[in-house]
Amino acid sequence: MASKAVLTGTHFMNGDEACAEGALAAGCRFFGGYPITPATEVAERMSRRLPQLGGIYIQMEDEIASMASLLGASWGGQKAMTSTSGPGFSLMMENLGLGIITETPCVVCNVQRGGPSTGLPTLVGQADMMQARWGSHGHYEIIALCPSSPQEMFDFTIRAFNLSEQFRTPVLIMADEVVGHMNERVVIPAEDTIELVERKRPTCAPEAFLPFRPEADGVAPMACFGDGYRVHITGLTHAENGYPAMEAGAHERMLNALVNKIKMNRDTIISYDTEYLDDAEIVLVAYGISVRSARRAIRAGREQGLKLGLVKLNTVWPFPEEFIRDLAGRVRALVMPEINLGQMVLELERCAGGRCPVRLVGHAGGAIIRPAAILNVINDLVKEAV
Amino acid sequence: MNQPATAPCLQHPQEELLRSDRIPHIWCSGCGIGTVFSCVLAAVRKTGLPLDDVAMVSGIGCTGRMAGYIKVDSYHTTHGRAIPFATGLKLARPQGAVLVASGDGDLIAIGGNHFIHAARRNIDMTVICVNNLNYGMTGGQQAPSTPFGAKTTTSPTGSPEEPFDFCQLATACGAVYVSRWTSIHIRRLTESLTKAILKPGFSFVEVLAACPTAFGRRNRMREALDMVKFFHERSVIKNNIDPREFPLDFKGPLVVGEFIDRERPTFTDSYALVHSSQLGEWPDLERQKPAAG
Repeated sequence: MASKAVLTGTHFMNGDEACAEGALAAGCRFFGGYPITPATEVAERMSRRLPQLGGIYIQMEDEIASMASLLGASWGGQKAMTSTSGPGFSLMMENLGLGIITETPCVVCNVQRGGPSTGLPTLVGQADMMQARWGSHGHYEIIALCPSSPQEMFDFTIRAFNLSEQFRTPVLIMADEVVGHMNERVVIPAEDTIELVERKRPTCAPEAFLPFRPEADGVAPMACFGDGYRVHITGLTHAENGYPAMEAGAHERMLNALVNKIKMNRDTIISYDTEYLDDAEIVLVAYGISVRSARRAIRAGREQGLKLGLVKLNTVWPFPEEFIRDLAGRVRALVMPEINLGQMVLELERCAGGRCPVRLVGHAGGAIIRPAAILNVINDLVKEAV
Repeated sequence: MNQPATAPCLQHPQEELLRSDRIPHIWCSGCGIGTVFSCVLAAVRKTGLPLDDVAMVSGIGCTGRMAGYIKVDSYHTTHGRAIPFATGLKLARPQGAVLVASGDGDLIAIGGNHFIHAARRNIDMTVICVNNLNYGMTGGQQAPSTPFGAKTTTSPTGSPEEPFDFCQLATACGAVYVSRWTSIHIRRLTESLTKAILKPGFSFVEVLAACPTAFGRRNRMREALDMVKFFHERSVIKNNIDPREFPLDFKGPLVVGEFIDRERPTFTDSYALVHSSQLGEWPDLERQKPAAG
């Protein structure tokens, strides 16, 4: 039986497997893997499926190498990804930075567990959110998505590839152990209904090509190995021609170009959904598995007569700053459930800018946020207001 | 042939392969890397490969800067990570020839794990290591190549460690082509590099080179010519030997030559084989007969 890249149909699979299928549907044909709980199932599925599709699964010697191999594969013209969890994510930070400065499209899925260090390998966490934002040294912008179900593991992985190709940058999928290991219905659509984005390639003569000159959308076309442009790509600060440029002015120009291509396209990148927002007085802002806890708490709260709403962050970086600022001026309070002791809530507070109270419902990790814990915080808020 | 009639003598003989708009280069006077770089360019030309199908990947350090001067698709990556980057590049575009240029610290200290695994997998790439016995770019610190007793800025009274023998290491890990030269062996080095590039599988060429600025001056070889003369006096060519029997030893003869040239399936060959359903079950792996009809 001929193998297909897109397994159109209705499936019962876990989030890690759905992530792998999303990658294949997006055209990923290179996976540089390294086993780690709770992300191993992504690599296992890719190792089975990629050879059937003429792709490469290679198990690298560590996560430093797997991240480096993605960048090489991307410059070799392929869509490339890897999956990992906290300890591996830490090792990937070095070459994530190389991917950012060299504007290399690729996708990294972090199925988060409890940390720091080896932490809780088999139990859930959402504590790598700031590492996703700032984990590699230096200043940069990053795109990170947060799926809250196996279905979204499939859908968001496709979107991650599209964003990485469109904006020539590594894109992070910040999943978590529960979403990764949860089995649910996953609907894979017909192949011709899946919209795919491919990186821009240069069309000018090689002599005229500047590999880091952004076009109007902030993104430069990418000349891959063998395209005949014979470009030089370096992790050093570089000018538009790709050559190293060791002075403050060149660094200012390069870094602004890197930051601006994300900032000027924020509206295209940022994605969130809202539920019950029309009459909501207290709004839960949630991402990943904590969306599920929030939904349960909202249903229970509404049964008690509380006017609760939900903002579900599909992208966490860049953060929807303008939307939150506006929302904070219209509601009584914002509440963020997250499986850490306060990370994204800091960003929520910053964006709310004192227009309304902001509360965290968090714990150190190892279990999902209990809906009752969310309701307790909401009831406290209601009492404070009386 | 197509050289401009006005000033043909001003063109570098390797103009087609040089980013001459980046000259002057960063290498110190007396440094051996420039000589090795010239040999690499000559070897790439000798292979006859289409230049659009050749890539160079490097890490960090003086030798890593080669990637910035060669006019092919070239990737100057992170410290020690040239090999895993090159692995992805090669597997994504297997028809291209991939060269890795690396110094001793970059390749064997921070990048040592990648080196042994790429050799084990027999990824089709050519790794060129300029071994100048220390970290030159940062001013001369102890490296895994620094000979026992040699002085560096971080071993001011002499290195207390034994160095790696890179050729032994490459051989033990499964490299299919292994040679060692010094920067004075220009003709042999060029021939060896040409062979290495054309050889399918993991090829390794080590070149001992002078670093008078950082290493030589702390080890009684202050002048650029001192180490060149040392190489000239001490080096002995022995081809087809087991590098384990002739370890690199600066006290005696410096054994150089083409040590290993053997056949082993590349990663790409083996990947195709295991996915072809022709192999039987491990451990015997007896080949399956093709199905009738």
